Amino acid sequence: MASGEGLTSNEYMQHHLQNLVYGKLPIGYERADGHIVEQAEWTFAHSPKEAVDMGFWAYNVDTLGVSIVLGLVFSFLFYRVAKKASTGVPSGFTNFIEMCVEFVNTNVKEIFHAKNNVIAPLSLTIFCWVVLMNTMDLIPVDIIPLIAQTVTGDPHLYFKAVPTTDPNITFGMSIGVFILIIYYSIKIKGVGGFLGELTLHPFSSNNLIVKIMFMPFNFLLEGVSLIAKPISLALRLFGNLYAGELIFLLIAMLGYWQLPLHFVWAVFHILIVLLQAFVFMMLTIVYLSMAHEHH
Amino acid sequence: MESILAFTSLGVLLVLGMGAFGTAIGFGVLGGKFLEGSARQPELAPMLQGKMFLVAGLIDAVTMIGIGIGMWFTLANPFLAYLQ
Repeated sequence: MASGEGLTSNEYMQHHLQNLVYGKLPIGYERADGHIVEQAEWTFAHSPKEAVDMGFWAYNVDTLGVSIVLGLVFSFLFYRVAKKASTGVPSGFTNFIEMCVEFVNTNVKEIFHAKNNVIAPLSLTIFCWVVLMNTMDLIPVDIIPLIAQTVTGDPHLYFKAVPTTDPNITFGMSIGVFILIIYYSIKIKGVGGFLGELTLHPFSSNNLIVKIMFMPFNFLLEGVSLIAKPISLALRLFGNLYAGELIFLLIAMLGYWQLPLHFVWAVFHILIVLLQAFVFMMLTIVYLSMAHEHH
Repeated sequence: MESILAFTSLGVLLVLGMGAFGTAIGFGVLGGKFLEGSARQPELAPMLQGKMFLVAGLIDAVTMIGIGIGMWFTLANPFLAYLQ
């Protein structure tokens, strides 16, 4: 947010909804400040149009940076507590970490009945990482861009602090879960079993001809249901957090009436933050449990 | 161009409104069933509450996707981009 000049509300929203994109601009491209690009160079985008024109292979540096830092924070904290684990009565921070682990463990035990060493750590990672990323939304929306601007001296720097408002990260996580679903389905049931599950449910019969006739319909229905899993996982988390951030931005444009409304919405948003992380984790466990069961 | 903007805003209105309508009814039925179930067997109330929050997160999903799409059309209307 530039100091001195006033921004219209539209510009304010556009500014805060734009990620920090690092990508390559083609030769001959006219940039936002007017000068033409001489050789294809890797730079930060200075306007939303440039960010779009950078194409697919551009990095959202703010999302990547914040999510990696939060992942390292999570790993480091849990590692420190795990090293000091003992059989005595825990206190303070150790107690809190043990509560989290026990919470995830209870949920996994209730739903997942096969034998797999990956599920529980995966769920713990998903839950804690998503909670940490979502909590970044509770930080006032102008502070981090302001800090980034004073540090780098660029008054037009874009910085979106909440990684999960970027669909890239939510799709990254849900595609990872999708790959695990397919991997475990094929590992437990075999390729034939996996394809059979896709083509022989829900319409089945004992007659071979009728079975083959039903296969396209079954495949369509089951295929849509299979593809809907990662897409809905990703978009649910993204939509909730994006809508939350949007409302924070809209409240921020109100002037003096901001503070009570910000407080009320922030309290409600805490529930959304935890709930969406919980739902993502539970659905991961449920989908992987469905991938492990035999019919 | 004005008609594109006008119809887009009406479209966003329908997406958001119908999403809110469906979600409200869904949450109402869910909450009602939870209260009924926990009145019938109070010792199951904590377990039911956990499952209620899970289903609540799922009910919100398509509505939130609708909000995302609505905001996309409001702020970065792709139909306007086709005009250029």
